[in-house]
Amino acid sequence: MSSPSKAFEPRRRTLLAGNTDLEPGAAQRTAAPVGPETTTITVTVNGTEQELTVDNRTTLLDALREHLQLTGTKKGCDHGQCGACTCTVNGARINSCLSLAVMHDGDAVQTIEGIGMPEALDPMQAAFVEHDGFQCGYCTPGQICSAKAVLEEIAAGVPSHVTGDLTTRIEATEAEIRERMSGNICRCGAYSNILAAITEVAEQQAQGDRA
Amino acid sequence: MQFNQPAGDNLFDNARLIGRPTPRIDGPLKVSGQAPYAYERHDAAEGQLVGYPVVSTIAQGRITGMDTSAAEAAPGVIGVVTTLEVGEMPTPSGMHTAPLFGGAEVWHYHQAIAVVVAESFEQARAAAALVKVDYDVTKGSFDLEAVWQQKKDDNSEPVARVGDFETAYQAAEVTLDQEYRTPSHSHAMMEPHASIAEWQDGKLTVWTSNQMIEWGRQSLATTLEMDADDIRVDSPYIGGGFGAKLFLRADAVMAALAARKLQRAVKVMLPRPMVMNNTTHRASTIQRIRIGAQADGKITAIAHEAISHTLPGGSGEDAVDQTRKFYAGDNRLIVKHLAEMHLPEANAMRAPGEASGLMALEIAMDEMAEKLGMDPVEFRTVNDTQVDPENPDRTFSDRHFVECLRQGAEAFGWVSRNTTPGGMRDGQWLIGHGVAGAYRGGPATTSGARVRLQDTGRIIVETDMTDIGTGSYTILAQTVAETMGVDLDAVEVRLGDSDFPVSAGSGGQWGAASSTAGAYAACIALREQIAERLRVNDPETLSFANGAVNAGEKQVTLASLAADGELVAEDSISFGDFRDEQVVSTFAAHFVELGVHVGTGEIRLRRMLAACDAGRILNPVTARSQVIGGMVMGVGAAMMEEMAIDTGRGYFPAHDLAGYEVPVHMDIPSQEVIFLDTVDPASSPLKAKGVGELGLCGVAAAVANAVYNATGVRVRSYPMTLDKYLDQLPAV
Repeated sequence: MSSPSKAFEPRRRTLLAGNTDLEPGAAQRTAAPVGPETTTITVTVNGTEQELTVDNRTTLLDALREHLQLTGTKKGCDHGQCGACTCTVNGARINSCLSLAVMHDGDAVQTIEGIGMPEALDPMQAAFVEHDGFQCGYCTPGQICSAKAVLEEIAAGVPSHVTGDLTTRIEATEAEIRERMSGNICRCGAYSNILAAITEVAEQQAQGDRA
Repeated sequence: MQFNQPAGDNLFDNARLIGRPTPRIDGPLKVSGQAPYAYERHDAAEGQLVGYPVVSTIAQGRITGMDTSAAEAAPGVIGVVTTLEVGEMPTPSGMHTAPLFGGAEVWHYHQAIAVVVAESFEQARAAAALVKVDYDVTKGSFDLEAVWQQKKDDNSEPVARVGDFETAYQAAEVTLDQEYRTPSHSHAMMEPHASIAEWQDGKLTVWTSNQMIEWGRQSLATTLEMDADDIRVDSPYIGGGFGAKLFLRADAVMAALAARKLQRAVKVMLPRPMVMNNTTHRASTIQRIRIGAQADGKITAIAHEAISHTLPGGSGEDAVDQTRKFYAGDNRLIVKHLAEMHLPEANAMRAPGEASGLMALEIAMDEMAEKLGMDPVEFRTVNDTQVDPENPDRTFSDRHFVECLRQGAEAFGWVSRNTTPGGMRDGQWLIGHGVAGAYRGGPATTSGARVRLQDTGRIIVETDMTDIGTGSYTILAQTVAETMGVDLDAVEVRLGDSDFPVSAGSGGQWGAASSTAGAYAACIALREQIAERLRVNDPETLSFANGAVNAGEKQVTLASLAADGELVAEDSISFGDFRDEQVVSTFAAHFVELGVHVGTGEIRLRRMLAACDAGRILNPVTARSQVIGGMVMGVGAAMMEEMAIDTGRGYFPAHDLAGYEVPVHMDIPSQEVIFLDTVDPASSPLKAKGVGELGLCGVAAAVANAVYNATGVRVRSYPMTLDKYLDQLPAV
């Protein structure tokens, strides 16, 4: 068996970057920044417009946690492997650790703090408490942000790996929820309870739609 | 309060709150992101700087030079602390094997050797990459298999020897002799180790993520060679631990050293890719099990020998421990070998000993049952023991393992299982069923608490106990509310601060039984104080209910008792020797149904069930969560978790959450948990034992046995990845 042939075409930028190493004094030049090191952006976070001047290397996650001190969004791995940093940008869920803050000028971000506070929990948060859908609590805001987005994705007809028939309405089945939630690791192992919480909210929403 | 004899009838036998399913009282804070974890304490100290660790890139040797000039000149950098400038520091405690920081010697890969401190995380991280380190590398040995081959026949120093194993094994009608392998495991809790440190007037405060506050405080004092009374450790919320945060780790030491040098508060979080080699792990094991039995299934001879790796001076994994107590058999041999290696520090992870040991023993029991032609449930039942097999005069305080098997089998529908390996099929899936037993000790240890009755009638309970997701906040509130006759929401629980009375902490599944007993002791002290105020000689004649105390005809509200100032009472529970004169343990039976794809060999779990015997269950909600969480970790151990060792370089190459795979939502089927309605009066005044580690014990073997049952292929080396069985599956 042979792998598909793929012609290797060196990109111009790769070549240029490589060649600079051959020039005398290149090390000093590459250490110096080529432009401004910070950028000022405007982001709407949980409905409030925020102007932030961030290091260009700052992730959206660290902009939230360190600059805005909205620490509900968690850093579990900083490499897009665990899902603890999940929040939504313009309504779509993302791993905020894999996204630079400067990419979000003009965007609307919602974090767990914007979903609900202890005295006025969102139905998904209340369902997590009721079904004990967490233990240590560290992955929990990410799970909840994901869970809300999952139900929206299903309602919008976005298919997943386990969706069978693409021509009919997608149901919020256990398999659909488990598959779509699999980017959010819970090492405490609350998965069964998280599924119960999401399923309850899905049923509430379905009843609301029928009513 | 001394707990010197088994508990008699007490208020917990007719409880309002203890034993009732109770949602977590810290739940609303956690689901809204308002529970503050260590790295998030922006409020804790002014002007926090950020430290980024530099870690060794060799496993063993010496640092011959470090050049920090480029790092120190980098934008935003305030300072650098190196292991060479600090010099050798004491090892933090007897439970640590390697030092955490200081000196030129490298004990293991990713040992912390410098911390670069800057105004921001981005600056510190970039500058840390500029530190240049020269090493003198020592060639190490990292091959457990090779050491096992040298040591496996040496039984000259057994842990235990009873009767004459060799003769009995030779004479047995049915015998088994097999080897099993378990890899190293990582705790992989979701919150990496993190600390903020600040010095003021020679006193150190560390906001951190630690399961054992007093151990942490004492370890800091030892490491920094200062008075423990000048150290405060605070850890109210902990993003998982599983043993990884039992001990002081390098994040706290680096933060403390940097904060002292720079005279500013410094925070350090271990970057995820450093966690697995810098901190501790469960050591890999190779285990040999021999069982001899009569034709009726009675075990006559059992031997369990195991090897694991450890840094020089460490104790390795006690994978043979449960075999000393779990099953009957007159002739016994238990041997433990150590292979000293300069891998990162092997230390405790959830159910240390039993988790690995039962992964092997419970496959062996399954294999033996098959050889005997017995139902594996029946084989285990026949070999139950109510006494310590090594010392028949010593009894179990309360053991219902057979009942776990019976109730579990009934609820699971074991009778309808597949009884022919490879013989049940559902479409493209081979269906298998597996069972395994679980055993884990039920320890308890001294634990203190302080209760403060407010003039509002509210009661604050303060203890350095921690809640690592286990539900401590809630069971302590239940205990105090129960004992003082108030509603649950009249109790405020404050945890994890070394300014509070020293508790048992969270580890070894001793936390729940110990800390609730400590809170109970403090409440009894408060009740005695109230009796004094009311001039009642015998506090036991008082009854507490509905926020009031009744003394004969007289009723006084608790609020009014504190009208002139809060009433404060403090006490601790300590456990007498009588407890250790028996075997106090917990038991479970795990059942698994799964499918193995006939073509691809993919394993998909279909359902899991655990039946647990752990004394009084204080809060069925959080106890069940502990058990299902353990079951998830057991699925990981069975199917995917492996810290593979680079035997040339001496480290774990797959050291993040992409390389070290843990179960995700899609891996976990429906789970059921049954708690036997038992109480163990010898365990604590509440007659409770822990469940946090029990839930993990035996699970992986139940999965492995189900895979065998589905396919007829026996895998004795975890995890059961495709490479180990795909070529042996039945022809499609």
